[in-house]
Amino acid sequence: MKKSILLAVDGSPGGAQAADYVMRTADSTKVTVVLVYVIEWSPYSFNTPEENAERHKRREGEIVKAKSSVVNPTKKLLEANGFKVEEVVKHGPPAETLINLATEHSVSEIVIGRRGQSGIKSLLFGSVAGSLIQTSHIPVVVVP
Amino acid sequence: MNVSMKRLMPLALFFSMFASTAYASIDSTINNMTAPIAVWFGEVVFFKIPIFGAQLPVVVLWLIAGAVIFTVYMRFVNLRGFVHAIHLVRGDYADPKSAGEVSHFQALATAVSGTVGIGNIGGVAVAVTVGGPGATFWLILAGFLGMSTKFVECTLGVKYRNENPDGSVSGGPMYYLRKGFAERGMDGFGKFIGAFYAIGIFVGALGIGNMFQSNQAFVQLNHVFGGGLDGYGWLVGLVMALVVFSVIVGGIKSIAKVTEKVVPFMAVFYCIFAIIVILINFTAIPAAIGNIFTGAFTGEGVAGGALGAMIIGFQRAVFSNEAGIGSASIAHAAVRTDEPVTEGFVSLLEPFIDTIIICTITALVIGTANVAYPGFAGDATGVAMTSRAFEQQFSWFPIPLAFAAVLFAFSTMIAWSYYGLKGWTYLFGEKQNIQTAYKVIFCAFVVLGATVQLGPLLDISDAFVFLICVPNILGLYFLAPIVRREMDSYMDRLKTGKIKRFKNG
Repeated sequence: MKKSILLAVDGSPGGAQAADYVMRTADSTKVTVVLVYVIEWSPYSFNTPEENAERHKRREGEIVKAKSSVVNPTKKLLEANGFKVEEVVKHGPPAETLINLATEHSVSEIVIGRRGQSGIKSLLFGSVAGSLIQTSHIPVVVVP
Repeated sequence: MNVSMKRLMPLALFFSMFASTAYASIDSTINNMTAPIAVWFGEVVFFKIPIFGAQLPVVVLWLIAGAVIFTVYMRFVNLRGFVHAIHLVRGDYADPKSAGEVSHFQALATAVSGTVGIGNIGGVAVAVTVGGPGATFWLILAGFLGMSTKFVECTLGVKYRNENPDGSVSGGPMYYLRKGFAERGMDGFGKFIGAFYAIGIFVGALGIGNMFQSNQAFVQLNHVFGGGLDGYGWLVGLVMALVVFSVIVGGIKSIAKVTEKVVPFMAVFYCIFAIIVILINFTAIPAAIGNIFTGAFTGEGVAGGALGAMIIGFQRAVFSNEAGIGSASIAHAAVRTDEPVTEGFVSLLEPFIDTIIICTITALVIGTANVAYPGFAGDATGVAMTSRAFEQQFSWFPIPLAFAAVLFAFSTMIAWSYYGLKGWTYLFGEKQNIQTAYKVIFCAFVVLGATVQLGPLLDISDAFVFLICVPNILGLYFLAPIVRREMDSYMDRLKTGKIKRFKNG
């Protein structure tokens, strides 16, 4: 039976290591990779009117940038290693969005890199991997 | 020196020239200069007809009539659509595919930060001073009726907005007036009335969204310093102007970001303390509420009696929640949706939060203080009066209130600088240097606002805001059938489940 893995990337070295891990450990003949880039965004933030007016333009820009700088190169790399790849770029709260996508694509595991933030920053904003582990009902692999 | 600093320099020079001519009597000089303009302009805009001993400004009648007619014509959408509005803001109907676009919540929050300003603290005090406690009743009723006007104008704001080639959007009354009338074969009239509105909004933005705000923020600051800032209005104004300048011209987003995050907390903080004060004065609550109702229908001690109280209440309500002015539809137009009417529903919450909740709370603080401590305010009016009412319980309250006042003023100025700018660019184009010209003018008026006294200033800004109600509501009458058709169709689809709910279903 075919199985699929959700691979989360964000342009950080951690994301690259996660991709590496998938290529090293998964069997490319049996596994489809759902390659996901979540652009951090919340529908409940406060903006100035000017930001709102330019939001649509910015959103398109963010998606184009995520694809060209991170998703496409990673996809090429995976495909060169024989994987079938499905790519998704989406706005949202990272952990929640990843879980929703994992459910939608019925993947068997989520692979994510560590961003390696420590101290105050992670205390304030939390880490994506951390909250993913706390809330996911699908096994999560955090690549160090 | 970085780029933004370089851009700041010419303005700093401009202001230092301005400041060097400043002397203690600059306040009175400007007052003497503006007072005659205010009187003349006020007389034109607030042309009054005497009815039953009260002086009824035609423009207020125009607004009341509009709000009543839209409430009836939209079949009490302000009641029927209320719960659905909350569902929309919560994101229940947000298509996950549109994640990353402006959400209903964001559009509402931006519009609310533009309306919740000093008017909610100071304007209510003005209403109660001039119109007696009964003005509160009419203020709340005006807020309720104003919800329907908002519904119509914000739906139209989204429906007729411009999508610029670069992907950004520009919307608001000038666009729906021009395009709406053009659709009905009244091309020339649409162009005229759209331009008229655009002029009104960019000039009016200098008043309600600018001078009034910086003025009242200064008054409260001065109150905290025990009058120690007398004669230094220009200096306080200058500081405020520089901060505004750095955001809207310098593009320093972090300041705006901080404000936009702090303002909602301040609003909640203000309401919580207001409720505490009201509860401490609880023995005075029945009498205060009694005063509001009897005052509303007898108008004891108010010039023009009950009708006088009503006029004041309506006037202040519009000044606070902006229903009928059309300004908020500029902010709401940024939402990306296939159903313009959804933004209309969301906008119902704006007068509700602004007038029915926050203004009522302020009115009760003042009302209960009036009963418990007659004559507590002395000769203080506006924000200072509200501040005194709080002081009866919390002597330290003027300090956080001054902080809140400055922040409210600031966020309102940021929002209004955008509204004014949209009127300006509608007329003169979207070129960068044209935009900067308006922004510099806007900052100069921040200084002016803190320098002149409330009297003539408030009159001028009132007059401008009421002036643009005229073309706006006229347009709404013509376009309301379109809104009603969309509303009915949407409501039908909502009932039959064709409008998909994604969450909390």
